[in-house]
Amino acid sequence: MIDLSGDKPRVVTRLDREIDRIRRKASAARTEQENRILTLFDQICDEGLERNLLVAPLDLVFNWARAWSFWPVTFGLACCAIEMMAVGAPKSDIDRFGAGAFRPTPRQADLMIVAGTVTHKMAPRVKRVYDQMGEPRYVMAMGACTIGGGPYAIHGYHVVKGVNKILPVDVYVPGCPPRPEALLDGLFRLQDKVRQDTIAKLWREGFLPWKRKKSLKG
Amino acid sequence: MEAKEIFERLKSRLPDAVRESCAETAEPYVVIDPAHVRSVLTLLRDDPALRFEMLLLVTGVDQLEHFEVVYHLASLSHGHRIALKATLAHDDPHIGSVAAIYPAANWHERETYDLMGIVFDGHPNMRRILLPDDWEGHPLRKDYVAPEEYHGVSNEA
Repeated sequence: MIDLSGDKPRVVTRLDREIDRIRRKASAARTEQENRILTLFDQICDEGLERNLLVAPLDLVFNWARAWSFWPVTFGLACCAIEMMAVGAPKSDIDRFGAGAFRPTPRQADLMIVAGTVTHKMAPRVKRVYDQMGEPRYVMAMGACTIGGGPYAIHGYHVVKGVNKILPVDVYVPGCPPRPEALLDGLFRLQDKVRQDTIAKLWREGFLPWKRKKSLKG
Repeated sequence: MEAKEIFERLKSRLPDAVRESCAETAEPYVVIDPAHVRSVLTLLRDDPALRFEMLLLVTGVDQLEHFEVVYHLASLSHGHRIALKATLAHDDPHIGSVAAIYPAANWHERETYDLMGIVFDGHPNMRRILLPDDWEGHPLRKDYVAPEEYHGVSNEA
């Protein structure tokens, strides 16, 4: 929420917290502005109940929608991809958590599960797929190879020692390969992370579509 | 056919090509003259008594003072197997390509070139097959040192 009523625009990150803060003040100490906000909020809530509207902070709605509808890009590089397929199969069924819509194009996806060994030859392609995804986008590093090179860490002349050398990684899922349950847990950790997002923070970091940050060098 | 019979037949047909042979190992092998590699493989494939229809593997071995190219062959109709070894100099190793005799050799020779740096003369497409085209060096050589970075991505663990 952005408060435009004062001399300068003020970013109010969470409406519910702001209302709480005002309510905790003694009524005499409230400014005229704060009184108006309270009245307006009560009005919205009352009218909303009458018309069966649900009033919730915008963040809560956005984050709820994002956390429960990840669209991963179909991107398997090695044996981890087999486990990623298993996660989509009936026994684990990642679709229960809304993340089962594996897209064949990065332009329709917002989650990249890097499933398998990233070689130096593959690295530019990985980067390109990531760059083609729309914001907000998330990266999950699945398995030992993508976390730090795994079995190729010492003598693997051809392996990128961790995909975080070329992409910003949100969640690391260890294992060689991780079991489907581990990947599901990775998804839940990513959901936790998404629930921490606020639109104000995304605004500051330039992750809103009209204020896009330049992609990482690589 | 027993390994010794194969050696005898090979020696009687191409006496110049065969240098030594060993039947005691798990896979009997013949050391051949690299200059005769094409005629040896043509004979092994076409001779009705030998009939090696299948080239299983072409690979290279870095023996420090020299390179070895190893061919593994199998006959499906006679059920026998043999390995051929050709010794090459360590500087600038060259050997004739057998891709025209056994099409299976095409990618095997490219892989051997990619990882060992052995050049197969007369190959239709002598390029790297696994590593990027601009990669430096041949990683399976004993004196290979891995690059510190590739295209700006560091190779440190």
